[in-house]
Amino acid sequence: MASLIGFYSLVFGLCLSFIVVLFSIKNFRNSLVFDKKILSLTFLQLFFVITSFLGLIISFINSDFSNETVFNHSHTTKPLFYKISGTWGNHEGSLLLWLLVLNLFIFLFLLKSKEQDKNYRILTLLFQQVIIIGFFIFIIKTSNPFNYIFPVPTEGLGLNPILQDPALAIHPPILYLGYVGSSVIFSATLAATCLNYISKNWAKHIKTWVLWSWIFLTLGILLGSIWAYYELGWGGFWFWDPVENVSLMPWIALTTLLHCILILEKRKILTSWVIILSISTFTLSMCGTFLVRSGILNSVHTFANDPERGLYILIFLFCLIFLSLFIFFFYHKTEDNQKYDFFWLSKESSILVNNWFMMYFLVVILIGTIYPIFLEVINSEKISVGPPFYIKLIIPFLIPFLFAMAIGPKLKWIKSDIQNKINLSIFFIISFFLSILIIKNLKVNFLVNTILVTSALYLFLVTSKEFLIKGINNLAQNLAHFGFSLLILSILFNNFFSTEIITNLKIGETFKSEKIHITFESIEKKEIKNYSSIIGKININDPKGLNQTLEPELRIYNQPNIVTSEADIKTNLFSDKFITMNLVQNQDYFNIRYQIKPFMIWIWLSVLLICSGGLISLFRKKI
Amino acid sequence: MYGRKVKLRFFYIFIIFLILSLTIFLTLKSLEENVIYFQSPTDVKALAEIDKKKIRIGGMVKKKSILIKEKEVKFVVTDFKNEINVIYSGLIPNLFAEGKGVVAEGFLKDKSLFLATKILAKHDENYMPPEVKAALEEK
Repeated sequence: MASLIGFYSLVFGLCLSFIVVLFSIKNFRNSLVFDKKILSLTFLQLFFVITSFLGLIISFINSDFSNETVFNHSHTTKPLFYKISGTWGNHEGSLLLWLLVLNLFIFLFLLKSKEQDKNYRILTLLFQQVIIIGFFIFIIKTSNPFNYIFPVPTEGLGLNPILQDPALAIHPPILYLGYVGSSVIFSATLAATCLNYISKNWAKHIKTWVLWSWIFLTLGILLGSIWAYYELGWGGFWFWDPVENVSLMPWIALTTLLHCILILEKRKILTSWVIILSISTFTLSMCGTFLVRSGILNSVHTFANDPERGLYILIFLFCLIFLSLFIFFFYHKTEDNQKYDFFWLSKESSILVNNWFMMYFLVVILIGTIYPIFLEVINSEKISVGPPFYIKLIIPFLIPFLFAMAIGPKLKWIKSDIQNKINLSIFFIISFFLSILIIKNLKVNFLVNTILVTSALYLFLVTSKEFLIKGINNLAQNLAHFGFSLLILSILFNNFFSTEIITNLKIGETFKSEKIHITFESIEKKEIKNYSSIIGKININDPKGLNQTLEPELRIYNQPNIVTSEADIKTNLFSDKFITMNLVQNQDYFNIRYQIKPFMIWIWLSVLLICSGGLISLFRKKI
Repeated sequence: MYGRKVKLRFFYIFIIFLILSLTIFLTLKSLEENVIYFQSPTDVKALAEIDKKKIRIGGMVKKKSILIKEKEVKFVVTDFKNEINVIYSGLIPNLFAEGKGVVAEGFLKDKSLFLATKILAKHDENYMPPEVKAALEEK
């Protein structure tokens, strides 16, 4: 029943799209004021999509196995929370969520843009409707979440257990708010280009939307990272895996756009650049969906999926890119009377430099992600691109990038010189010697790492000083940059000081080395509703007197029949102790991995700091 | 003759073009050095000489071939045509099991022995690495 309502709401929603388009065109041509009916119709459409989504959620809660999606991804023994989160834990449901967010954003946009020009609002709505219609058809044609199966099965196939996790339950909605948020920026930019509406005021208005989707995208990536860290058991948080890269690329484009909009707010320059960035941000988000969903990418995260859907998204994507490029080339007028002079030392040129670096990072990641696909198509060679590629190409350019991040914000608009030269050089010397002290005793490449740590420390010191002097002035920017320096530093120290021991032990055995004794004391078995668990007691003993018992867990899920290992992590401010245990079929040995990961929590905290920079910037304006 | 402004613009375009091509060239070059090729046991058998570079091999874990000791794990990867012995010490992913697909990364010692440095985790029991699937279909 719920499925039926869901499906028909979807169809009604699509019909409404056409009605909205009709009304908008009429209103665009004939009237001077914004027709209130359009707003109501958009709301009605949103209402239908929400109903449809609720219909799917209810089918999941009731374990209605006559619905194919529910049958494929749910099970009666699953806890309620994961029944609900299972709604968007699969392809069909997650696309419905995409659609929901698309509708939600355009509705909010119409509500919040009352002071803007009528034609601009309507045109934005029209472009957004093009995307919405595309997704409606995509969902109904290739991935209908409400397919009926008969005879009705009595039990579902269950959700992949590694998805049954709180972080991953909220990861997709938040990531999608970021991804899809860029759709409004895309539509609004196209509309503004058509009407030659791009101005300082427009920049101020669109900045809110850029900030919101940027914050959500950042949080979404953070959640995915945290999940990968504790659930996948390799103890890493970023693997340069294609699926991770496709979320990082829109993030980089969006961050660049954010900085570019700041220039546009002050001076009406770089308009073409802003348009290109808006288009690429959304295109990259779509690409992300395409690459993840089509199964083209060869990723360790890949879940089973269907190539036909990929083809549709690809065609749709090409249409959108074609449309936007067409508009860009035929409607966009560059102002000749505007002076394009950039003084080399000014805030705008430092932001421009930042943009170039960002674009370079983006290109590197893009090439690394899609090159294997091309190679496979061209000469059917199968390759994968690993972390060394990215590290080698990105790290050297991170150094000037970090320095520019420290000095850039101190410059003034239009024309500037560097003040407090002595102060800045003292900071440089301090951070240089500090980093030599840190790196000296480590077995890592001395030169590169010293310079890298110097640059990160430099940014750290400069931004910390800024807090003390300026207080809450310029807090948003400073906080975000400070967070970034903290992020880089924590990642570096995490890399330098991490240690790990991997060993195979039977119950009762002890691994002995000079520094540490790891004793596998016992195991305990428990039966829980949808899995049985084996909890190991492992005693860590080191000569410094530390004596700790960690309890990693193995979960054997009954439906589907999958074993997952749950790491036991003891976190404190300075380091994480991370242990996982694994059992190989028909063997007495347990595979045990013990890691000490310093500054893990600081990585998460620094990303939160970066986010809060964005939040502050959003709310400061309103106060 | 062209005016000074036009000349300057040509100069800028030239510089940008130069930087762009240099970047792409360097990127592709370092890509070449850092990619990891995937090979099935049959591909390995067909190799003319043993490469020192890191590669990935994939196939099925042969039934009853897993042998675990304190420091290492030994098993046999097969594509049902040829097989190769693998020695590995490190983290074993959850879905590593006899009769299931596996992808291992590491170095070839000789044509019948592979020293693995990493076994890649899969997230889905039904999921088979595309390479393994293709390798199995080829036979």
